[in-house]
Amino acid sequence: MSASVNKSEEQVILEVRDLDVFYGQKQAIHSVSMQIKKGTVAALIGPSGCGKSTFLRSLNRMNDFVGTAKVTGDVLYKGQNLYGKKVDPVELRSQIGMVFQKPNPFPKSIYKNITWGPKVNGFDGDTDLLVEKSLKRASLWDEVKDRLHDSAFDLSGGQQQRLCIARAIAMNPDVILMDEPCSALDPRSTQGIEDLISELKRRYTIIIVTHNMQQAGRISDETYFFHEGHLVEFGETKQIFTNPSKKKTEDYITGRFG
Amino acid sequence: MSGTLAKESMAAKPVIQSTKASRRVSRRKLFDRCFYRLCQFTVLLALMSLVTLIGHILYEGISWLKIDFFLNFTSRFAEQAGIKAAIFGSVWVLFLTSAFAVPLGVSAAIFLEEYAPKKKWVEWVQINIGNLAGMPSIVYGLVGLAVFVRYFNFERSLLAGSLTLGLLILPIIIISSQEAIKAVPLSLREAAYALGARKWQVVFGQVLPASLPGILTGVILSISRAIGETAPLIVIGALSFVAFTPVSIWDEFTVLPIQIYNWASKPQEEFHHLAAAAIIVLLVLLFFMNFIAIYLRQKYQRYKL
Ligand SMILES: Nc1ncnc2c1ncn2[C@@H]1O[C@H](COP(=O)(O)OP(=O)(O)OP(=O)(O)O)[C@@H](O)[C@H]1O
Ligand SMILES: [Mg+2]
Repeated sequence: MSASVNKSEEQVILEVRDLDVFYGQKQAIHSVSMQIKKGTVAALIGPSGCGKSTFLRSLNRMNDFVGTAKVTGDVLYKGQNLYGKKVDPVELRSQIGMVFQKPNPFPKSIYKNITWGPKVNGFDGDTDLLVEKSLKRASLWDEVKDRLHDSAFDLSGGQQQRLCIARAIAMNPDVILMDEPCSALDPRSTQGIEDLISELKRRYTIIIVTHNMQQAGRISDETYFFHEGHLVEFGETKQIFTNPSKKKTEDYITGRFG
Repeated sequence: MSGTLAKESMAAKPVIQSTKASRRVSRRKLFDRCFYRLCQFTVLLALMSLVTLIGHILYEGISWLKIDFFLNFTSRFAEQAGIKAAIFGSVWVLFLTSAFAVPLGVSAAIFLEEYAPKKKWVEWVQINIGNLAGMPSIVYGLVGLAVFVRYFNFERSLLAGSLTLGLLILPIIIISSQEAIKAVPLSLREAAYALGARKWQVVFGQVLPASLPGILTGVILSISRAIGETAPLIVIGALSFVAFTPVSIWDEFTVLPIQIYNWASKPQEEFHHLAAAAIIVLLVLLFFMNFIAIYLRQKYQRYKL
């Protein structure tokens, strides 16, 4: 009995407890709690401005850069409180990767895009191997293997986004946060990224914000519905989409608002 | 069918509308045309004065541009006068001034953009840098005279001159570097931070390289300003008759603009030709530096996000 409890606890890689986020006086996140299991894909959905990005950014302390932002509550990553006094946010960000809404490769070569992160974190292994491995995992290798030293800006939008994912993967993170990674992409590139996410979830835990209901349905194991800073409902994706228990969730999913 | 119908109905509209409205339209069109012509005219005027100026100088000086002109020192006899000392002086000043102003200016810009707290005194410093950039250059000459020449006893040396010019272009370098750093998009910094980089790694590994073309452009333009400056150097007492090349920063010196100024103010006609020839050299130098600035901007343009 106790063994099984331990096991399920072990599987929880991120636990959020009563998280509040304020921008100045304004509260953007109201007492959100959740547990995310290792190796799963969690989709955060909800209408624009409901606080999905804010929530996501508090999971790797990117909100530290917003002067007015204040976070209270606990985020336990492998049992350790990210907002604890002894935690170094820089150290932390090297373990929790992030992919942004707009592809934002560095103005450097494809190769250096991959190696920059590991290098500033003290990586001194074989960079060729690292680049190949990361690009392969991001299924970009075949397209760029002959031009690794070209500028990353020569790539298409979809390729750039996969490069950004490869860049995050190169750090060998446990968790990858993605904030609407497909919103700037065409359907085919979106398809590519979705396939990639399904591919990656065996190795990494992925938390993805998306506005695309179908996408959430296709790729995620669990879905969290946010509304006006509250976590309204969450559960298995299939259950949320077929049989939501809250009226608001149903309205949103069926496209009646949002 | 429907197409012609739509056209007809559109054509019919002005008839229904008052003639006042149509008069307003035609007046706006007229204004548009006039404005276009005016712009054309001003551009033409500017170009023409430039062409006349350059043409005049070329006409005056080109035949005086001989090898000896570059190899000789200045002389009382126009036929034997050259700009060797001035060229050496200008090159010395170019490098010394850059050596002072560029590291200082770029570091100040990095500090102000990346590290300075959002405090009142920082704002005050910022405003005054702007003021300094607009100060007449002769004021810098006076400061140089008081501080470097007299107080530090550098006398009329290259060091004193270069420090003075360095002071002159420092605010311009700071401001243009700040602009270049500001232009680096937030998304780039976020990407770097999200990979677990420390602040200095983000600043020196991403922000600076990304803003380097902009910084370099500003730096080159400021230096070319320093190369063309005369007034502050005259104030600190740079010589116009120099018959040696400086070998250290403590030596006296002259520079191209001073040489030009000196020759142009002589009564003899020949010296005016010499001045024109020296102006051509200075112009070529400045064009060349501006060209490098443009080249750098073009080359790195595609990195703009
Ligand atoms: N830097 C900021 N300063 C002040 N308020 C902010 C800031 N960033 C976001 N907000 C506010 O916090 C709320 C949540 O914003 P957030 O960006 O998290 O929403 P979102 O769910 O990601 O929206 P979208 O789907 O449009 O990206 C919004 O009301 C927004 O106006
Ligand atoms: Mg968002």
